[in-house]
Parts: sequence; C-alpha cells; structure tokens
Amino acid sequence: MSLLAFNLPIVALLPFAGAALAAWASKINRVASAWTAAAITILALAFLAPSMHLPFQGETLVQSWAWMPAIGLDFAFRLDGLALLFALLILVIGLLIIIYARYYLSNKDSMGRFYAYMMMFMGSMLGIVLSENLIQLVVFWELTSLSSFLLISYWQHRKDARHGARMALAITGAGGLALLGGVLILGNIVGSYNLTDVLAAGDMIRAHELYVPILVLILLGVFTKSAQFPFHFWLPHAMAAPTPVSAYLHSATMVKAGIFLLARFFPALSGTPEWMWLVGGAGLITFMIGAYTALFKHDLKGLLAYSTISHLGLITLLFGFGTQLAAVAALFHIINHATFKASLFMVAGIIDHETGSRDMRKLSGLMKYMPHTAILAMVAAAAMAGVPLLNGFLSKEMFFEQAVFAAETNAWAWLLPVLVTIAAIFSVAYSLRFIHDVFFGGEPKDLPKTPHEPPRFMKIPVDLLVVICLAVGIIPMFTVAPILAVAAAGTLQGVPPEYSLSIWHGFNLPLMMSILALILGVGVYFIRHKLFAIHAKLFERLDARVVYHAILNNTLAFALKITRGFDKGSLQNAAVWIIGASVIAGAIGFMSSSASLFGSREMLPVDPVTLVAAVALMIATVMTVVWHAQRLVSLITLGVIGLVIALGFVKFSAPDLALTQLSVEIVTIVLLLLALYFLPQKTPKEIGRFRIGRDAVIALLSGIGATLLTLAVLTRDFAPISEYFLENSVPGGGGTNVVNVILVDFRGIDTLGEIVVLALAGLGIYAMLQGMKLPAPNKDIYGRFWDTDNHPVIMQTLTRLLLPLMLLVAVFIFLRGHNLPGGGFIAGLIAAVAIIVQYLSNGIAWTGERLKTDMHWVIGFGLLIGTGTGIVSMMIGFPFLTSSFTYITWPVVGKFEVASAIAFDIGVFLVVVGATVLSLVQLGRLSNASHAPHQNSIPAKKQEAK
Amino acid sequence: MELLIALVIGVMTTAGVYLTLRARTFPVVLGLTLLAYAVNVFLFTMGRLTIGQPAVIDAAAAGYGDPLPQALVLTAIVIAFGMTAFLIVLALKARGELGNDHVDGLHLAPDEVPYEKPEQIKPSQQTQVTETTMNSQSNQEVKP
Repeated sequence: MSLLAFNLPIVALLPFAGAALAAWASKINRVASAWTAAAITILALAFLAPSMHLPFQGETLVQSWAWMPAIGLDFAFRLDGLALLFALLILVIGLLIIIYARYYLSNKDSMGRFYAYMMMFMGSMLGIVLSENLIQLVVFWELTSLSSFLLISYWQHRKDARHGARMALAITGAGGLALLGGVLILGNIVGSYNLTDVLAAGDMIRAHELYVPILVLILLGVFTKSAQFPFHFWLPHAMAAPTPVSAYLHSATMVKAGIFLLARFFPALSGTPEWMWLVGGAGLITFMIGAYTALFKHDLKGLLAYSTISHLGLITLLFGFGTQLAAVAALFHIINHATFKASLFMVAGIIDHETGSRDMRKLSGLMKYMPHTAILAMVAAAAMAGVPLLNGFLSKEMFFEQAVFAAETNAWAWLLPVLVTIAAIFSVAYSLRFIHDVFFGGEPKDLPKTPHEPPRFMKIPVDLLVVICLAVGIIPMFTVAPILAVAAAGTLQGVPPEYSLSIWHGFNLPLMMSILALILGVGVYFIRHKLFAIHAKLFERLDARVVYHAILNNTLAFALKITRGFDKGSLQNAAVWIIGASVIAGAIGFMSSSASLFGSREMLPVDPVTLVAAVALMIATVMTVVWHAQRLVSLITLGVIGLVIALGFVKFSAPDLALTQLSVEIVTIVLLLLALYFLPQKTPKEIGRFRIGRDAVIALLSGIGATLLTLAVLTRDFAPISEYFLENSVPGGGGTNVVNVILVDFRGIDTLGEIVVLALAGLGIYAMLQGMKLPAPNKDIYGRFWDTDNHPVIMQTLTRLLLPLMLLVAVFIFLRGHNLPGGGFIAGLIAAVAIIVQYLSNGIAWTGERLKTDMHWVIGFGLLIGTGTGIVSMMIGFPFLTSSFTYITWPVVGKFEVASAIAFDIGVFLVVVGATVLSLVQLGRLSNASHAPHQNSIPAKKQEAK
Repeated sequence: MELLIALVIGVMTTAGVYLTLRARTFPVVLGLTLLAYAVNVFLFTMGRLTIGQPAVIDAAAAGYGDPLPQALVLTAIVIAFGMTAFLIVLALKARGELGNDHVDGLHLAPDEVPYEKPEQIKPSQQTQVTETTMNSQSNQEVKP
C-alpha cells in the first residue's frame, strides 16, 4: 500500500502518541522530553512530505475510512492547499517553539507535562486542518479547547493562570457547541458531512432557508476561537500561560483555528450580505478595539495580546469583504502574522526571562544589554507596524487596497478606509512603543535581574522567523508566492484571481494610507502620556470581563437555585423523589390503560408446601423490616428470604437459578457479616412520624403496584421468543442446557458486559478499601467481648478437608454446565465460597501464604479469555463471540463435547472467582489493618501457649 | 399460585422500598438487596410459572420453562451481588470518612434519638478480657 493512502491520519495522530512518549521521556531526563517532542514533530513533517506536491499539482488528497456511517461520521482526512499551509505553519512554528521552550522553562517546571500538552495541542490543531469530515473536525476543535486549557493553566499554582484557562475553556467550549450545531444543520441540508460535498454545494446552502442559523452558529464558533468582538476578552487573560505557549497559541494555532474555519467555509458560506455584515462587522470592530487597547497595555504580553486580537480582526474583516482578492490578502496576512507575532512573543519571553519583568514602565535601554535580541525585535515589530520591505507591509497594502475597493460599494462605506487607517495609526504607535519603551530611553531601573543576552538556542528560532519576515518582505515572488497560490486555490476551491505581490505598485491611495499611518502613528506615540491619562479616565473600567463574570455568576446562581429546589443535599430526600416519581408514573400507566386489569389465563393450583414457603418468606421479609434496627437479626432473616427464593427457583423449573441464588446467598451474607463488624452496631431510633408514615405509604403503593403488575402479566398469555433458543440450542450451540447456551453463546456479548461489571465492582471495592482504617468495636451490642478463639480447630480441620471436595464440585458443575444445570457463574461462586471458607476458618495470613495467586490477575485473565474467544472468532471471519463446537471421544470418559464457548465460560468462571474473593478478602484485611495498633490478644495467647 | 407469587413480590418490594428510604446505610443496603430479590423474581416470572419442566433439552420432556428470563436473571443475581458488595463497601468508606453511617453524613438527624442499649444479658461473660477479630490472626498462635 502506498504511503499516500494513509499518511494524513498518521500526521494528525502521531503527536498524540508523542504526548505520551514525551511525558514518559521526562522520567529519563528533563531534556529528553523536549527532544522527543521535536523528533515527533519532524517525523510528522516527514510523513506529510510525500504528499506535499499534490496540492501544487492542483490535486486534493482525501483519505477516508468508514467510522459510524449511520450518523455520517467518517474517519476522513484531506490535504489541499489551505490544509497544507496550515499544517506547515503548525508544524514548523511548533518545532521552533519546542526548541525555544526547552531553554525558557525553568528547573521548577515539569518538562514532561509541558511537552505532553504541547503535543496534544499540536495533534488537535493538525486534526482540524486536515479533517475532511466535519464532525471529525468538530471533535478535533474541541480537543484544541481542552488541550489549550491544559496549556494555559500550566502553572497551576497561579490563580490568574487557572482563571484565564477556565475563561478560555468556557468561551471556546461554548463556541464549539454552537459550531457543532451549525455543522450538524449544514451536513443535514447538504446530505453529507464531507467537506468535498459541502464546499461544492455553496449555492444550495446560501439559498437554503436555514442559511442564517447555520452562518450564525458557525460564526459563533469562529469568533469565540479567534477572539473576535464581543468574545475577545479571553485572549488577554490567556496570557497567564508560559510565553512559549502564548507564542504558539496566539500566532500560528489556536486563534488561527477560527480564521482557518472562515477560510475553509469561504466557498460554501461567503458572498451574501449576512456574511459581509456579520464577518466584516465583527472584524472591523475587533481590529479597531484591539489596536486601540494595545497601546495602553503596560505589560509586553498584554500589548501583544491586544495586537493579536487586532490582527485577527483585520484578517476576519478581509474575509468579510467576501471577494476572492480579499481572501488571498487574508491568507497572506495569516502567514505574515504567524511569523512576526511568534517572533515578538518569543522576544517578550526572552526579555521576561533575562530581566525578570515584562512591565514597559520599568524596562528601558535594553539595547545596550541585548543588542541581538533588540534587532530581532525591531525587525519583527516593524513588520507588525507595516514598514516597507517587510512582510507585514505587503499584506497591509493588499488590505488597504481591499478597503478602498469596498468603499465604493455603498453610501456609508467611505468610512471604511478612514477607520482602518485610524486602526493602522494605532498599530504603528504600539509597535513603536514595544521597541522604544523597551530598548531605548536610558538605563533600566530596579529590574529584578541584570539583563543579558539569552542562550543561543533561544534566539535561533527567532532568527529564523525574522529572516522569513525579511525574505518575504523583499523577495515575495521567490519565497511566499508558491505556497500562497496553492493556499488560495485550496481556499477558493478554484483558480485564484490575478494578484501582484510586488513591493511597488505605484503612488496610489493604499500607499498614501500606509505613509499616513506611519507618520501619524509616530505622532500618536509621542503624545501617548496624554492619551494614557484620557484613557484612564474614560475606558479603564470598561471591561468585557465584567460582563462575562456577571453572566457566568448569574447562570451558576440560577442553576444552583433550580438544583437546590429539588436536591436539599440529602440522599433520603432524593430517593423519595425518585421512588415517588416512579410510583406516580406507574399509577398513570395503570390508569391510562382501558384494558381490564387481569387476563383470563388459567392459574396454577396452590400446593401446601409452596404456600408454607411463601408465607415463611413473607414473614421473614416483614421481620427484616421490623428488626432492621437489630442489624445481625435482620441479616439472618434476609438469609431466610434468599434461601426460600432459591427453593422457589427449584420449584418453578429453574435449577440454574436455584444454584446461583444459593451460592450468591452464602457469599452475600458472609460479606454483609464482615461489613457489619465495621458499621455502628446501633441504629438510632426514628421519631419523625411524618417521615415514617410517608415512606410507609410510598412503600405500600410500590408493593401494591408490583403485585398488580405481576398479576396483570401472569394472567395473560404471551408468545415467547424463546422457541428459537430451545430449537437451536443443540444444533447451534452444542449444549442441552438452554440457559447456559444462551449465556455463553447466543447472548455471549451480554454476558461479557456483565462480567466486566462484576470485575469493575471487585476492583472498585479493592480500591476503596485500600489503606482504609476503621474503628472496630471490641464488644458486641450487649457489651460482651468477642470470643478469643479466632479459628476454631474443628472448623479448620473440617474446611481444609472440604476444600478439595468443594473445588471438585466446582469443576464438576462447570464441566456439565453446557448440558445440565451448572456453568461458569455457578462454578465460579462455588469455588469462591471454597476459597473464602479457607480464609474465614484459617485466617488471611495462613491462607495467603498458601494461595499466592493475586486475584487481580485472575480477573484480568478471565476478561482476557472472554474477550479473546470473541476476537478469535472475529479473526477467522465470523462475528464477535461466534462459537463452534465438536464432539471428541476420550478414553474412559467417552463422547465429550468441546465448544469454544467452554473457553468463554472459563473466562466467566475466573472473573467470578477473582472478583468475589478479591472483595471479601480485602474486606477481611480491613479488620487486620484496623486492629493492628492494639493487638492485646496476641501476647495473652502466647503466654498461654508457654 | 400466580397470586401467591405476586403477593411475595409485592411484600418484598414494599419492604425493600421502605428500607431503602431509611437514613442509615445498613438498612439501605438491606432494602436494595430486597428490591433486587423482588426484581429478580419479577423478571423470572415474566416467562410464566412452569413446574417441573427445566429448560434442558431432552427427548422425553413434555415442555420447557422459558429459558430466556432465566438466563437474564442468572446474570442479574450475580450483578446484584456485585452491586450489594460495592454498596456495602461504599457504606464502610463513608463511615470511615464521615465518622457515621447516616446517608447524609449526619451524626444524629433531627428526627432520631440514640439507640437504647438493651439490657446486658449475662454479666458473667464479661470475664473475657481480650478482643479478637473474625479472621485476623493465623492459626499458629492458637496451637498449644
């Protein structure tokens, strides 16, 4: 099989494997996890490489596997120009960040955790951009929200990090939900969730009556993710993350995911007035708010955060124009923004790392201490400001051109070039501030550290990115042009329009706007102190976060109110609600049926023995309730009930059930006895008459309901579906005991599920009792001490003799199970009882020495065998758990049936033994643990022995 | 006969529900166990009552009881055991963590009064001074 048939899922899923590997590698050595992450990234690039030429040839590579076809979910990946551009950004910038972070993180930070999260995030991003199936895309989209939550809250000890992470998760998670809704409607009207079909159905989607809901829902996802107004406020709070995380999330990835989706759906959704107003409007507002606010942030990362918001607004606005040229400009700016913003974040990280501060009011004159870094910062910031000969200038020119072009569309649109020029003035001003405040302006004062150049490898990633900024800015045709062209073709799903990447377009309006922005931007910077004062007066208190918190708190309070209305924090109360509701539901069921309550089926006659047994059972039941305060007594009556039920099963032709009930009864009573020892011996007396009365009424109604329901069923005839099992048991399953054949063969998968539940219960009990200590009473309720003779000799002797016999019975019951009453469940319970009796009579230490098998292994093997038999039948081409059988003739024994279901039954047997013994022995151990501190009985006995 | 079985199920359900609604964990576990019995028997009777006709294929058999409910109930019995075991251990855990066995973690609910100690039966039995556990020590120490 060619690599091109399956390389894309590998690219997307490899980082997830890498996450585990990186976490594990940190155990060997701190740096190992960084190398692992870098190696995995390079490997992902290598897997991507063989298919890179396809988009350039105008081909779209789609690799697809059916996953859940019923709901339209395929495991499908796609590589076109747009996907390729984003995949390269994610991987290349990711690689640079990985190198950078290795030097950024301090000794206190866990490298393994960082790189594991980082890899998970990278994988989720790759999943988004490479997805062909929309539902799958949403899954990866949610994964980016989750993994970015982990990354932002990486410094878990910091409150702002936890808050920022929670806010980011709440906003982007809510957006993801909206996106899912949008995608579901979209897929529903197109009739396919595959992008290829959706992108081809643009006209149909735009004409559909559900177009606006789809658009709004998808845009909610986009705007929340890409921090567009009014959801932009989470992004600055996400700056509490380590700087490498910010550099990655806010340059090339997380926030670009929303932008990616705009580009992805551009052919399907754009070109309508709704699109233009919603996307363009949000973009313009975000662009302006971001540019304006960035100037007033004193924190380096705060400035960069708002500048990121602003640039995302710019890109969104470009997509909002809805023209093909604007889309090309948007893609170009995506590339440029990723490069200069990643380098600026890394510079901010270097400054923070080497000076201990990010506050621009403290920083100054760093040029002298870190000239190399300063030059890098200046180039990148100039690119951000849109200075000619740098990449930011080119895409900004294209942007101005589009704004001017759009200005002619309607009467008010002339405002557009004016507004974007104002925003551009501010972006020049904040870029200048980033450089001038930090690197110039005299000696720095009271910095926590003496500044110096960072380690070489912290600068190299920035070096590379800055070189790209320059190369793209000076010779665009030889650097960015090819990838931009394929990305544009991929975005537009067709041939991109003519556009020019040259630096000089003549003396035109866009150039004038650029020059104006540069000059006025410098001017604004120099009057910044006045602006700071005005800003402080007017806007300081204006914060979307306040609204967010108000909404969040109100929602929580509302939810709490509703919850508290039903749930008073009391289990008793909740139980009354549940049982009461089911009584009412049952009553409604009875009332609404017009048929007569009882049918006409003839009843069986009552024989005296059954009557006596049933009356005994009912008396025992009533006594259990009456005596429930005397716990030991009620346990005895409970045992009586269980035994009578077992007899009932014998009477009514269910020998298998009788055997099961009998053995379960023994185990249950032993278990409850063991547990009873640790529970208070006394039940306080209830005096609340209302509660007793209410509970009695509910209980009585439930009982009456159950009786009537049973009678209603039993007095009617029915057509059972069991004929099939009775007929096919021997020819199909090879056993005459139909109940057992159903369990291990016809309904094998149910049984598998049930033994898994049992195994989980056993393991859960083990886990809960692990290391627990409970006060154990040394007297009974009457004040008598317990008997000193723990392990009576007669009982010991007898049980040791019985062990082989009981095991023999278990084996016998097991083997005959397929044909006569018996089987894995019953045999397992009998064997468990045999083992438990040894523990009871001889003590845990004595038995443990002789029975060294760890019951965890027994459970594990049981499940393995049970699942294994199913998988074997799958491997030879039958459905899961298909059984086969044959008859062989053994010497002496004679003809004997061997069925693969027997192997399955062994699995059942092992799980039952394992889970039962594990629970009971662990409970027994608890008494050892609880008695350890005061074992005054042992010295006494030793003296006796002497 | 059907009436009798229906009554048995009803009585067990009543007792089970009543005990499930009690405040202390042990009666709740008893109640749920009783409910499980009731449900198991109920499910079993859905195949109707047949006497002396086990579902074991035999040429001489006159008929068979319905094997399907039996198979369902067989696993249900075992699962019910697993559930009871889990519950009672949960009760122990709660006792360990909360210091009491009230389902809501109260030491003494407003509508309860402490249990009155029954009269001590035989003071002579108080002579034993040691305490032991049910199964803690190995038997070596008991050997003369």
